Amino acid sequence: MTTTATPAPPAVRRGGASDRARSEQRLAWYLCAPAFVLMLVVTAYPMIQAVWLSLQSYRITDPESREFVWFQNYAVVLSDGLWWRDVAVTVLITIITVVVELIIGFALAMVMHRIIFGRGAVRTSILVPYGIITVVSAFAWQFAFAPDSGFINTLFGLENYDFFAQFGSSIAVICMSEIWKTTPFMSLLLLAGLAQVPEELQEAAKVDGATPWQRLWKVTIPNMKAAIMVALLFRTLDAYRIFDNVFIMTSGAQGTETVSFLAYRQMISRTAVGLGSAVSVLLFLTVVLIAVVFIKLFKVDLGRVRGDG
Amino acid sequence: MRKRSNLWWGLGGVVIILYALLPVAWIISLSFKADDQDKQFFPAEFTWDNYKTVFDSGLFTSALRNSIGISLIATVLSVVLATLAAYAIARLEFKGKRLVLSMALGIAMFPTISLVPPLFDMWRSIGLYDTWIGLIIPYMSFTLPLSIWVLSAFFREIPWEMEQAAQVDGATPWQAFRKVIVPLAAPGVFTAAILTFFFAWNDFIFGISLTASDAARPVPAALAFFTGESFFTQPTAAIAAAAVVVTIPVIVLVLFFQRKIVAGLTSGAVKG
Repeated sequence: MTTTATPAPPAVRRGGASDRARSEQRLAWYLCAPAFVLMLVVTAYPMIQAVWLSLQSYRITDPESREFVWFQNYAVVLSDGLWWRDVAVTVLITIITVVVELIIGFALAMVMHRIIFGRGAVRTSILVPYGIITVVSAFAWQFAFAPDSGFINTLFGLENYDFFAQFGSSIAVICMSEIWKTTPFMSLLLLAGLAQVPEELQEAAKVDGATPWQRLWKVTIPNMKAAIMVALLFRTLDAYRIFDNVFIMTSGAQGTETVSFLAYRQMISRTAVGLGSAVSVLLFLTVVLIAVVFIKLFKVDLGRVRGDG
Repeated sequence: MRKRSNLWWGLGGVVIILYALLPVAWIISLSFKADDQDKQFFPAEFTWDNYKTVFDSGLFTSALRNSIGISLIATVLSVVLATLAAYAIARLEFKGKRLVLSMALGIAMFPTISLVPPLFDMWRSIGLYDTWIGLIIPYMSFTLPLSIWVLSAFFREIPWEMEQAAQVDGATPWQAFRKVIVPLAAPGVFTAAILTFFFAWNDFIFGISLTASDAARPVPAALAFFTGESFFTQPTAAIAAAAVVVTIPVIVLVLFFQRKIVAGLTSGAVKG
């Protein structure tokens, strides 16, 4: 009696627990499935489709001549100076905007962290650029710099100087618009990071006689490294995909075409589905590369950063 | 000394407000100019005509209707699905949790334009090209990851034991869920909805690539193709007026839900 009774309860408990665990599993998957399937169907499947299309010579205007050409489209794209020029332009825009945004964003975050009066007003107004449609911000900046309607030339006495007539100033205006629109996102992430720097450390450093500058470099920044890295990663990936500003301001004129714009132009304007797909697959691979470099090199732990704490 | 540094931070605050609002003030000012060749910041001659032009053009009003409809539907559907998934992630132990989260992360990093060629091809062959659904589906897949993170970060903060406590006090499981958990979760759901709405309202690439007519073309795409009365000159002031009109809903949302938006943007992002 005792021999049969003692081992029984654990067995029952174990069986019950695993049943419960199993039903929990099932429930969890029922709940996740709709979102998971949708993401799979609308992102993963089209991506495979994009790879498939990129191996074909296919123009929508000429469906008869559709054929499988292996990696010919990639060879065409990679051997064309246009692709490399567009990559260079995109990298240039990415570096300028991310560096400037980090500096301005950090300054804004510091102000928002320390300000006492008008805190609400400042935090509300900084969300305005974040919420505004990129296309609207692109138009606002374009019109401001345009020689026939803008106030910038009048303000600085430049008369009929055309900012969109050459590469350098076009890129500068494109970057300004991008920076204005996306710095708030950066600075809010940095603000959240600042809030996590323990105040006692600051006080201790102050007592030890550290200057504000030393406190910034030795205490504040090292303690918010994770927030800085995440902000940088997200903004870099985003900046590399820049499209709206370029489309509105120059449509790629003066050599300002970016990689996203090249993909769009091949695909929609030229209806070259095969070539356009090859460009977009290459763009996707570049984005993956950037993400991997960030995660490996700077040890951004995304598992900790987003989600699963 | 404290006082003086407060003054400096306050000055910084003024600089931030100017930084954020000057371009907006400029586009508003431009929208009231009678002469769009007027090169001053403020209009020399003030007029409402540009707004009349905007609302008289069928292109823009249909775009406004499309954008509102598509963004709202995509927001509701995306937030409902994300809530289910985020609840599972925050509350239940299951295999594949990391898979769901990393897939969401992967999609958030995805270059939108990379999906355009296959979707363009697929939508044309199954008849979704230039329809509302043809935009709602891609918007959902891109806003789901954001909503899932924001919500699962939010849900993790909810003290779930309270639900059990309510049950111990005699509430049925459903009552406990509805009276205790739903009110606590509502602000998070709301935050996710606002961020999703911003995304859908802001999209440009899908808007210009997957539509061809008034049937589904959303506001940002319509703005880019807006030609006003004459086909050959860009109607600067009229575009500015249209830009102001589409910015109003965003500003209203920002003004009302400032706190929630900040919480949503930063909660999942930097907390461990």
